[in-house]
Amino acid sequence: MEKISCVCGHENPFGTKICEKCGRPLSEEAKAQKVLDMRYDGTAIRSKTYNKSIIDKIWNFFSSVKVGVSLIIITLIASALGTIFPQEFYVQVATQEEKALYYKQNYGVFGELYYNLGLSDLYSSWWYQILVGLLGISIIVASLDRGLPLYKSLKNQRVKRHESFMKRQRIVAHGPVTEGDSSKTLDLIEEKMKNLRYKVRRDGNALLAEKNRFARSGPYINHLGLIIFLLGVMLRFLPGFHVDESMWIREGEVRAIPGMDGYFLENKQFILETYDNDPTRAQIEQGVAAIAKNYQTDVKLYKQAEGAVLGDTENMELVKEYSIRVNYPLKYDGYAIYQMDYRLNELKSMTFELTHKQSGESLGSMKIDLTNPEKEYVLGENTKVQILNYYPDFSGLKDGVPQTASQYPNNPAFVFKMMTPDKPEGEVSFVSIGASPIEAGENEYKMTFKGVETRNVSGLTIRKDVTIPILIIGGVIFLLGLAIGSYWNHRRLWVQQLEDGKIMLAAHTNKNWFSMKKDLDVVTEYAHLPQYIDQLEEKDEKDKEGDGAE
Amino acid sequence: MSLIDISGNLLFIAFFAYIIGTVFIAGSIKRNDGAASRAEKWGKIGIVIAIIGFISQLGYFITRWIYAGHAPVSNMFEFTTAFGMFLVGAFILIYFMYRVTVLGLVALPIAVLFISYATMFPTEVTPLVPSLQSNWLTIHVVTAAIGQSILAISAVAGLVYLLKEVDPKTSSRERFWLEAILYFCVVVIGFVLVTITFRGMGYEAQFTYVNNNGMESEIVYNMPALFGMNESELKTEGVMEPLVEMPAIINAKKLTTVVWSFLVGTILYLLYRFIVRRPICELLHPLVKKVNSHLVDEIGYRSVLIGFPVFTLGALVFAMIWAQEAWGRYWGWDPKEVWALITWLFYAAYLHLRLSKGWEGRKSAWLALIGFAIIIFNLVFVNLVIAGLHSYA
Amino acid sequence: MEKKKKRSIIRGIILGVLACAIIYTIYNTATKDTVEVLADGDTAPDFELVDLEGNTHRLSDYRGQGVFLNFWGTWCEPCKKEMPAMERQYQQFKDQGVHILAVNIAQSNFEVENFVEQYNLTFPVVIDKTKSVMQAYNVGKLPATYLITPEGKVKRVPPGELSEEQIQSLMESIKPE
Repeated sequence: MEKISCVCGHENPFGTKICEKCGRPLSEEAKAQKVLDMRYDGTAIRSKTYNKSIIDKIWNFFSSVKVGVSLIIITLIASALGTIFPQEFYVQVATQEEKALYYKQNYGVFGELYYNLGLSDLYSSWWYQILVGLLGISIIVASLDRGLPLYKSLKNQRVKRHESFMKRQRIVAHGPVTEGDSSKTLDLIEEKMKNLRYKVRRDGNALLAEKNRFARSGPYINHLGLIIFLLGVMLRFLPGFHVDESMWIREGEVRAIPGMDGYFLENKQFILETYDNDPTRAQIEQGVAAIAKNYQTDVKLYKQAEGAVLGDTENMELVKEYSIRVNYPLKYDGYAIYQMDYRLNELKSMTFELTHKQSGESLGSMKIDLTNPEKEYVLGENTKVQILNYYPDFSGLKDGVPQTASQYPNNPAFVFKMMTPDKPEGEVSFVSIGASPIEAGENEYKMTFKGVETRNVSGLTIRKDVTIPILIIGGVIFLLGLAIGSYWNHRRLWVQQLEDGKIMLAAHTNKNWFSMKKDLDVVTEYAHLPQYIDQLEEKDEKDKEGDGAE
Repeated sequence: MSLIDISGNLLFIAFFAYIIGTVFIAGSIKRNDGAASRAEKWGKIGIVIAIIGFISQLGYFITRWIYAGHAPVSNMFEFTTAFGMFLVGAFILIYFMYRVTVLGLVALPIAVLFISYATMFPTEVTPLVPSLQSNWLTIHVVTAAIGQSILAISAVAGLVYLLKEVDPKTSSRERFWLEAILYFCVVVIGFVLVTITFRGMGYEAQFTYVNNNGMESEIVYNMPALFGMNESELKTEGVMEPLVEMPAIINAKKLTTVVWSFLVGTILYLLYRFIVRRPICELLHPLVKKVNSHLVDEIGYRSVLIGFPVFTLGALVFAMIWAQEAWGRYWGWDPKEVWALITWLFYAAYLHLRLSKGWEGRKSAWLALIGFAIIIFNLVFVNLVIAGLHSYA
Repeated sequence: MEKKKKRSIIRGIILGVLACAIIYTIYNTATKDTVEVLADGDTAPDFELVDLEGNTHRLSDYRGQGVFLNFWGTWCEPCKKEMPAMERQYQQFKDQGVHILAVNIAQSNFEVENFVEQYNLTFPVVIDKTKSVMQAYNVGKLPATYLITPEGKVKRVPPGELSEEQIQSLMESIKPE
C-alpha cells in the first residue's frame, strides 16, 4: 500500500489524516477544516485503509462505528419487544399448547401473534444470540482497528507541531506575551504546567504539556471487560459449567441434593412468618391480607463419608447447619441452595380411635405415621389393629381395587383389620377421608378419625455457576475502563515561541473543555500568555452575527 | 410529634423550597438586563433555597429510614420521591462544577413534579416482603437512582439547550416536539390535580367484574369511571356508571386514570394557550437567552459521562449481585431488568454517536431527552403496567 | 505483499474464531433442553442400598454377572404390570448369571413389604430412601430400567413399560459369556 509523504518528509500510512510527525493536515478533508477533527489523533483507522479481499470487507463492516451503533439500537429494540408480554419462562404452564392458549386468553389476538412470532421466548432465540454475538465481534474489531494505531501515534508524539496543525486546534492563541521578558515564557509555562501535574517535554522553542494520556485507553479497557463478560455468559451454556436444579423436601426428610453429588439435606422445619401490621392502603387495594415476613427452611447439610458409594448413608458427616432464607442462601463448596417455594400443611400423621359402634366405648387410639406406617398397632391385651393395605393418595376404585395416584399422603386410605376381645378373628374395614367406611360384613367396631398432624414442604433451588468469577473479572475491568475513560481526560497543550518572540499556543482535550480552559486560565495568567480563543464558540457567534445582519 | 410526622413535614418543606427556589432562579434571569449584581444575588438565593430543600429532603429520607427500619426506596411513593431528591442533588453537584444556575429552572420543577406524582401513591410505610430484605437491594436501588438522576441532568441541559436554540417563532418539527414535551409536563400536573380533587371529595365507586381467567373480582375506582372493567357491575349508589366497557385484557381503572389526566391536562393547556396566546416554549425562550450553548451542551455530555458509570454500577452490576443472592441467577430477563439494559444500551449509543459521529448540540440534546423518556418509562410504565418482580405498590 | 497476506490471515482467524463461538453457543442453547442421561457404554454408577431384610446390596458385587436394574413405585401402574413378568424371568435367568435388582423410590418399608408379599417377589428389592441413586441414574418417569453388563457398563433401555418378551430378550442380552 502506498504511503503518504508529508512535506516534512515523514512517511505516513495510507489513510492518515494528520501527519504523525509534524501535524500538518494531509487529507483534503482535514485541510478544509478550520478546526481539525482530532478523533484518534488523525491516525489511519486500519479498516479504512484496505478494502481488497472478502475478509477485509467483512472486517471493515464490523469495524464501523455506524454498524456498531446500529447493532446497539437493534438489540435495544429487540429487547424492548420481549417485555410487551411476559416471557414463556414466567408462564406457569407445562406444555406448548397450554402456553399458546395462555397468550391467546390473556392478550387476545396480539398475544397469539406474539407467541407465533416466537417473541414469547425472544431472549433465548437464535437470532437474539446472533445479535449479541455480532455486537461482540463489532466491539473486538472496532477496538483493534482504532486502539492500536492510536496507541502508536500517542506514544510517538513529537513536541513540535506544524503551524497548520496548531492553528486548526479548537483552542488557540497567538501573540506577544502580555508582560515581562518573553525569553522566560517557556520556563514559566513548564513550571506552572508541572504544578498542574502535566508532563512537560521541550524541543528547542517548542513545548508539549500532556496530562492523563492513560484516559485514552478507557474505552479499550471497558470493551475488553465487556468481551470477557460475554465470554463468561457464553461459557455458561456449555455443559458442566453450571448447575440449576430444584427439589421439594418435606420436614423430617433426608434427601440427596440433586446436582450436588455426595451431599444430603435434612429439612428440620419450614417457617412462614407474616407481619402483624394493620393493613395498609396498598394492601387493601390489592386484597392482600397479610404481608409475608420470612420464608425459612432450617436444614442440616450432610456429606457422604469418604469413599462411600451412592446410596450409602451410613456415617454421613454433618457439615453445616443453617437457616435458608430468601436472600440468604446456604453456600457450600461453590454451591448455593436457595429458598424458592413452599407448601404448607401436608399430612404427616393421622390418629384413629378404635371404638365400639353402638356403645361408643373406646378401646384405645393409635397414631399412624403416614410416611412410615407400621404393620400392627397393639392397643391393649387382645386388642390390636393391623394395616392390611395403605393408599397414600387414594384416587378411587378400579375394578374394585383401591388405587393410589402418587406416593404422597395427600388423601390417605387404609384397610384396617381390627382385632378385639369380642372379635379376635378381626373385622376388616376400608377407611378413607370424607367417606363412610366400606366393610366386608356388618362390623361391631370402627376406626374413628381423631385428628391429624401436618408438616410443610420446602421448595429449594440448587445452583452453581463456575463462570461467575469470569463475569466478575469482566465486570470489574469494564467498570475500571469506564471510570478511566469517563472521569479522566487526556489534555494537551502545545506552545511554540516564534522567532519574533511571539507565542503560538494550541490546546486539545478529548473531553471536558471546561476544565481544560480552567487550566489554561491559570497558565495564561502566570506566564502572561496572549488570551486564547475557542474557535468553535467564536464561529458560532460569527454565524449569529451573520444571521442578524440579514 | 412522632418520627414519621417529622419525616412528612421535612418532605413538605423540601417541596416548597424547590418551588421557591425555582421562582428565585427565574427572577435572577429576568433581571439580568438591569442590575447584574442583584440578578446574581437572586440566583444565589435560589441555589441556597434549593440546598435547604435538599437537606430537608435528606432529613425526610433519613428519618423515614430510621422509622421504617429499611431504606425508603421500597415502594412507588418512596422511590419516586427519592428520585426527585437525587435529581436536586445532581443539580447542586453540577452547579458547583459549572456555576450554571439556569439548569435549576428545569431541574427543580421536575423534582417538584416527581414528588407530587409520588404522593398520588399510598404513602404509608409498608413492611418488606422477604425478597426485598437485602442490603444489596438497598445499595442497588439507591445507586441506580443516583445514576439515573445524574443522567437526567443531561436531559435538563438538553431541554435548556433546545429552548434556546429552537426558534419559538417559526413552526418546525423541533418546535412541535419541544412543545409536546412541555405539554406532557402539563398532563402530569393534570394527573396530580385530578387525583387530589377526587381524593379530597372522597370519591369511591365499587365494581365487580370478570377478569382474564373468568373469575369474578372486585375493584374500587377513586375517580368517576370513564371505562368499565370487563362485564362490570356498579355496587356503590349515587356515582357515575362507566361510559364504555372494556374487554378483560385491558385494565379499565388505569385507563380511566390516564384519560382523566390527559383530559384535565389538555384543558389546562388550552386554557393557557387561550390566555397567553403563544406556545410555552416561546414563553420560556427569553429565560434561557443568555445561556452559553456550548457550555450547556458540554454539561449535558459531562453528566452522561458522570452518570453512565454510576448507572452501570447501580442498575446492572449491583442488580446482578442482588439477583444472584436472592434468586441464584444474576439475570432473569424481568421487564425492569430489560429496561435497565435498554437504558444502558441507549446511553452507550449516545456516547458512541457523540464520540465517533460528532453528534453534538441539537442532536445530542434530543438524544438526552429520549434517554430521560426511557428512564421515566422504566419508572412509571414498567412498574405500573408491565408487572414483574419489581412491581412496587 | 507479505504483510498484506499476514494481515488477511490474522483477520480471517479472528473472524473465524468469533463466528465459531457464536455458532457453538447457539447450538448449545438449542440442545440444552435435552436432559443429559447415562449414555450407552458408560460405567454404571456404583451404589449400595438396603433391602427389606436389612441386607446391603452393592451393584459392583454383581460384577461378572448381568443386572436388570428396575426403578419402581407402588403407585405406578405399569410397574405393577411388569412385576409378575420380571419375577417369572428372574426364575429363568438367576442361575444363568443375570440378576434383577428392583429399586423402590423412597417409600415406606410397610408399603414395599406389602407389595412384595402381594406379588410374591423373590428378587432383591431395595429402597432408595434419599433418592440419590435415582438422581445419579437420572430417572424420570417410572418404571425405568437399566441393563448393567457383566463388565459393569450401562445399556440403555427405552423408557416405559416392558412386555415379558422384551424383558426376556433384554436379560438374554446381558448374560455373561
